[in-house]
Amino acid sequence: MISSGKQGGLIIRLVLTGGLVLLPLILLFSGCKKEESSVKEISFWGMGSEGEKIKILIPEFEKQNPGIKVKVQMIPWTAAQEKLISSFAADNMPDLCQLGNTWVPQFVMLEALEPLDGFISKSKTIKPENYFTGIWQTNEVTGKIYGIPWYIDTRLIYYRKDIFKKVGYEEPPKNWEELLDISRKIVKYQNDPNKYAIYLPTNEWAPFVIFGLQNGSDILRDNWTYGNFSAPEFVEAFKYLIQFHKERLTPMGVSQVTNVYQAFEQEFFAMYISGPWNIPEFKKWMKDSTGEKWGTMPIPGKHSSPGVSLAGGSSLVMFKSSKYKPEVWKFIEFLSTKKTQLEFYKVTNNLPALRSAWDEPIFKDDPFIKSFYEQFQFVMPTPKIAEWEQIVFSKLQQYAEYAARGTLTAEEAMKEMDKGVDIILEKRRWMLAR
Amino acid sequence: MKFKPVYFFLAPALTAIFVFFFIPVISAFIISFTDFDIYAIGDYSKFRFTGLDNYFKLFDNQLFWKALSNTFYFVIISGPLSIAVSLGAAMILNSKLVKFKGIFRLVYFMPVVTTLVAVSIVWRFIYHPEFGLLNYGLSFVGIEKIDWLGDPFWSMPSIIILSIWKNFGYNMIIFIAGLQNIPEELYEAAQIEGANGWQRFTKITLPMLAPTTVFITIITMIGYFQLFAEPYIMTQGGPLDSTLSIVLYMYQEGFRWWNMGYSSAIAFVLFVIILAGTLIQMWVQKRREA
Repeated sequence: MISSGKQGGLIIRLVLTGGLVLLPLILLFSGCKKEESSVKEISFWGMGSEGEKIKILIPEFEKQNPGIKVKVQMIPWTAAQEKLISSFAADNMPDLCQLGNTWVPQFVMLEALEPLDGFISKSKTIKPENYFTGIWQTNEVTGKIYGIPWYIDTRLIYYRKDIFKKVGYEEPPKNWEELLDISRKIVKYQNDPNKYAIYLPTNEWAPFVIFGLQNGSDILRDNWTYGNFSAPEFVEAFKYLIQFHKERLTPMGVSQVTNVYQAFEQEFFAMYISGPWNIPEFKKWMKDSTGEKWGTMPIPGKHSSPGVSLAGGSSLVMFKSSKYKPEVWKFIEFLSTKKTQLEFYKVTNNLPALRSAWDEPIFKDDPFIKSFYEQFQFVMPTPKIAEWEQIVFSKLQQYAEYAARGTLTAEEAMKEMDKGVDIILEKRRWMLAR
Repeated sequence: MKFKPVYFFLAPALTAIFVFFFIPVISAFIISFTDFDIYAIGDYSKFRFTGLDNYFKLFDNQLFWKALSNTFYFVIISGPLSIAVSLGAAMILNSKLVKFKGIFRLVYFMPVVTTLVAVSIVWRFIYHPEFGLLNYGLSFVGIEKIDWLGDPFWSMPSIIILSIWKNFGYNMIIFIAGLQNIPEELYEAAQIEGANGWQRFTKITLPMLAPTTVFITIITMIGYFQLFAEPYIMTQGGPLDSTLSIVLYMYQEGFRWWNMGYSSAIAFVLFVIILAGTLIQMWVQKRREA
């Protein structure tokens, strides 16, 4: 009796421990199975505040599409690229994400993105003609479309109307000559070594590329395999901008300006080239939301305004590794309807990519956004290669600083620039030759 | 072969070292002879063995030499200076005349344990050309405004001041321990013989501290050669690349532009430099002892 009792106890114990070990496993497997059969969960990575605010739109989509769930993960802009590339290396990508449109080529090179041409040709919602041409083009790499514009931005000039009037400009400058002229007049009028006309820091590459494009530079030559910065078109534009530094029309270092809004408000400078994301902040600091004291204007071209600016913004991309491509496409379509785009604008202030959304009075009648609409008609993509960011951030900013401080002349700087760029592009040349 | 139990106990540690140290180091070394980059991450067929190309490219690159000279500038000025400051602080705190030693030790050690990101925000205000505390202080002595972080001449000294302030507490603690190990009788004997304060310092304190100093010098040098966080947060290497350090340059090439091959080559050049520096110091020390 005693021995059998002991035996029984042992068996009970075995069963109990076995059960305890197996139970979670069973739960785990059954959990997986359940999800796969009924609900399809697609994961979306959004960046910065967009990743936060998009959550407001999700319930509506899930209501319209029972059976699809969207899981949103927010990643900060500063860490976004690193995170995406390391996730790609670890084979751990989301189904879709938002991608700054200058990043699209890089992920195409990685062969991480799904071409969308097939989806677009069958779609009723998404058609190329619904978008601004320059913006749509940023998503086209080697003849295929890899992203759908989600929201758009471009750069134009924020300016102080009151100061412009005081130096005799009722209308904003219309060409390069007038832009330089008004800058000189502002500095003369302010007559203060701590006040400047325009803020053109050398650690922002965009203005240099914009003025180069305006002067007809192709930036890179031979199918984007060699730098073309030392060609006369770019050098002329580059010299034009460096002129502002030489004549002290723009502050030299970047450490003096810790807060651009405050500096703008205190007349430290009267013009600043930036994107639409700054409108709310400028409104707040200037204590003026009607456009009495300040305004936005398209960037003047060499001879007439508006000149060309950059086609910026974010696109929605689908990853090759996704298991739920039709569902992902449904979500992209949902985010591309006029209604969702307007709602998204209301929560994030990001300008809609869809042209029909721009008929709404909130854009047409807004004194600050109007100029953006004008500018969007004249936007161009930057060269669509994976090395673009490295070229502008590491090289162009470096040589702009050297030229602005007079360490190198503009011509020398651009020659060195081309040398550096050619080294960066060596791999691209090899790949294309293969 | 006879199985020794010792291997059994060593195995976990050895495995960890092998997996997390030797394998990465060896693969980095191999990668430094390839052009492994963003293309290769997507498709392994897109990388080439380039032999010593990365190293040639590196020695041909002015930016590398600039980064190297910046790093040496930093190590040579900042190293001795910070050791001197640590020793000075340690001597003061070890003196019998000082009260509240515990509090002072804590205060001086604080910068070491404070995160650099928080520290750098404060220091950016201190260095601000218009409203900065430092320029305000200097204005009383009649020194004109200096754009500390914006002027290529002053940017590196600014980084040096910051990093000395940030790091001296750590070495100070080690020096205090060293000082406390010096027998009091030596000083008493010297005093009876009529040695003055300076003589006591040079003939007793310094020689008795020699082993501590060697340790601190080597550790400090290795640490300072790896200068990264201060310029990364304060200046991003600017202005005019005047604060670009070797490690910062390596980081940018590797993790910003994904030129892994090139940046591994930088890592190994830095490794050789640090190794050489350490060997020289140990050799000097040995000769002195002999």
